[in-house]
Amino acid sequence: MAQKITIDPITRIEGHLKIEVEVEDGKVKEAYSTAAMARGFEQLLIGKDPRDAQIVTQRICGVCPASHGLAAAQNLDKAFEAKVPDNARIIRNLIVGSNYVMSHILHFYHLAALDYLDVMAIAKYTGKDPRLLAVKDKIVGLVEAEDTYPLTPRYDPDEFSVDDPEIVTTAVAHYLEALEKRKKAQEMLTIFGGKMPCYCTLVPGGVTIHPTPDMIAAFKYHLMDLIDFVNNVYLADVLAFGTGPLLPIHQLKVGAGVGNFLSFGMFDLGVSGDYKNRFLKSGVIMDGKLEEVGEFDPTKIEEAVKYSWYTEDCGGLHPTEGKTEYDLDKEGAYSFAKAPRYDGKPVEVNTLARMLITQDKGFMDLVNKIGAHPSAVARHAARAWECKMVAEAMLDWLDELVDNLKAGNTDICDDKPVPEKGKGIGMVEAPRGCLLHCVQIEGKKIKRYQVIAATNWNVCPRDDKGQRGPIEEALVGTPVPDPNNPINVVRVVRSFDP
Amino acid sequence: MESIFKGLSRRDFLKYCASIAAMLGLSEIYIPQIAAALEEATKGKPPVIWMQGQSCAGCTISFINSREPTPPELVLDILSVRFHPNVMAAAGDVALSAIETTMKKAKDKYVYIFEGALPTAEEGRFCEIGETSAVDWVKKVAKDAHAVIAVGTCASFGGIPGANQAVTGATGVEDVLGTPVVKIPGCPAHPDWVVGTVVKLLLFGKDAVLAGLDKYGRPKEFYGTLIHDNCPRRHWFEAGKFVEDFNDPEQANYCLLLKGCKGPFTYADCPKRKWNSGTNFCIDANAPCQGCTQPEFYAKFSPLYEKLPEIGIPGIAGYEVSADTVAKVLGIVTAAGIGLHLVGQIATGRLGKGGPPERGEE
Ligand code: SF4
Ligand code: SF4
Repeated sequence: MAQKITIDPITRIEGHLKIEVEVEDGKVKEAYSTAAMARGFEQLLIGKDPRDAQIVTQRICGVCPASHGLAAAQNLDKAFEAKVPDNARIIRNLIVGSNYVMSHILHFYHLAALDYLDVMAIAKYTGKDPRLLAVKDKIVGLVEAEDTYPLTPRYDPDEFSVDDPEIVTTAVAHYLEALEKRKKAQEMLTIFGGKMPCYCTLVPGGVTIHPTPDMIAAFKYHLMDLIDFVNNVYLADVLAFGTGPLLPIHQLKVGAGVGNFLSFGMFDLGVSGDYKNRFLKSGVIMDGKLEEVGEFDPTKIEEAVKYSWYTEDCGGLHPTEGKTEYDLDKEGAYSFAKAPRYDGKPVEVNTLARMLITQDKGFMDLVNKIGAHPSAVARHAARAWECKMVAEAMLDWLDELVDNLKAGNTDICDDKPVPEKGKGIGMVEAPRGCLLHCVQIEGKKIKRYQVIAATNWNVCPRDDKGQRGPIEEALVGTPVPDPNNPINVVRVVRSFDP
Repeated sequence: MESIFKGLSRRDFLKYCASIAAMLGLSEIYIPQIAAALEEATKGKPPVIWMQGQSCAGCTISFINSREPTPPELVLDILSVRFHPNVMAAAGDVALSAIETTMKKAKDKYVYIFEGALPTAEEGRFCEIGETSAVDWVKKVAKDAHAVIAVGTCASFGGIPGANQAVTGATGVEDVLGTPVVKIPGCPAHPDWVVGTVVKLLLFGKDAVLAGLDKYGRPKEFYGTLIHDNCPRRHWFEAGKFVEDFNDPEQANYCLLLKGCKGPFTYADCPKRKWNSGTNFCIDANAPCQGCTQPEFYAKFSPLYEKLPEIGIPGIAGYEVSADTVAKVLGIVTAAGIGLHLVGQIATGRLGKGGPPERGEE
């Protein structure tokens, strides 16, 4: 007999998510993912000045406002027929790149790591490292004061949890250090972004900030420090965990998923907004054929709503024709997320998708080392590798900016008035996957605004054909030996960085 | 020097107290007093329940951008964070049990921090946590709290979700509770504003915090001054030099009024405190203040990149604006006596109806 387990709230994610699974014979047999909150950004923008969009939509997600701002801006660039200057393209890359670094560090250490560590093992640390002894003192102090929040309560550590005192103590020390590093990544971002979360220098046509040599120098100073951390701590930790204690979960293919991957591509190298010329590539992989990367075709996107709290006529539409109207009493519906589909199929989006599609040699070597198949662990590995790639690429982009300025090219913005009419679409990659904004302008006001957020692709419910969403699919088969301790379920869900 | 500061040397501890004094806008002579009070007040870490409604978690991300105290100190040493959706190890029922336990064991002692707006339409179904609406959670958890703090503009006044009031009924915490709460608006809230308010609560008690709020329920230490009054570009405002084209390097430091700057309407100490450990802030980055700490943010401040009509016409055309703002703006312009260029433009009607001056007209 299947047993139903509800986990609500799923913590350490952005937003409100409920997961329901049916467990039989120690494994997940069926899964339902519920996005449990709506604010109605698409409606509240209707009738507003289009230039507000890149400011307002950043508030969709406080972890990746940088990406929402960019998707909105690229969308408006098109609608305004603005020609984004090269400097603006680079500065936008640097801003969003900084947020990639911040988001990946945050995700691994602060949102995911606690699922794999038996933190209380620290008490058994017997080494002499003064820094680790300080961490030990801290944790032991908390235990003695009977105040181990926020580390407890928790699910019980299981066979996959790491309980080696040396490793755990080091990992917790890195958890604390990473809190500082992610903060530093935000400070780096604000050199060109003005403020974070929710930066203010982004406008249709470009950016507002004029780069100066001291800004570039300060950015580089921060960046060198972060590259050092990413290579020597973050990536090193993920490699050590992925090829060591977590290899068994990977080999069991826990969290494998739908086997379809999509990427819009990210970090423009040529013309701003051209998804065919990007540092991380656009493309699709279908039916688990990891070696076959197909071309991405934006017309193949559609959103289904059969199981979502929207009226039926919101379904089956391309986002440029999209509609948002709630129906909270709809029979069978169980989520505020619509179900985006590519070519009629659910697709996984996130770093793993980007790395598989980009086929970066370093990452592919890594994949072959641990076994080339998707899993929860593979997603963490992809994220660490991408973090390194993006951080290092930012050094080149800084050089490009310097060269431009030296050549006397100071343009930062094609500052255009709001057009009477226009249409746009912006497609970028947020740290957590494909992000699409599109706008229709009439009478200088927003007539239609539609967003497919990255998380939507992954947390969505079933579609009209009954196909599960990617997280739902990834959960099927997940081992849950003890129904009171569904720790593997949250591991799989969080590996998507929802 | 017991309790939570035992890891710090005396010197570091006093440095920390000095930063608190600076944060609260107190003079250095208060440092010993702060030190004594802090030692006393933090013998036990204050329990905190931090929940989210219609939020983007931006205020949380901003909170852990805190420079002083550092994020690890905040999370492990200074506060006893019993529930926080983005930080805690637990999930599901195990996580919710931490709320119940805290409410029971620390009745009237815990600080309840709420982030995000509250959807009141459709029985609160637009935001549910553990199959209970956020609205019901707030009513339940606030009841036995020592203090309720609304963090961010959403929780304070409805914020951006409030612009979709008609559909989700998004509003602030105070509206739902019907009793005054301490508000730390900002989109997101600045970490110093949150940390400073919590520290003040620990040091001087709830009554002192409540006594120091402005008419919108914001601590005056942080929201006591108009952005415009402390703006590094004020001299350009007075000289009548405005950014009209972001691309023009000549204009890169001019006043942003015509690009929609809400600085003349907005109370916050951004020009002094700046953001992200003092790195930058909107206006220094050549971007107009969006007015993110005000109850008007966002819907009533839209279009964000258009000059609000009220600004150009103080005392000339009869637009409705809050009296103190108009008086202030007008007062500044005329009292300074050097706002001639702007006043001249207003008088000739070039600014009056909201249009920027034509280029080359100067
Ligand atoms: S309008 Fe804005 S930029 Fe101009 S002086 Fe006032 S606050 Fe500063
Ligand atoms: S300057 Fe204005 S928009 Fe910027 S953070 Fe401060 S109050 Fe908000």
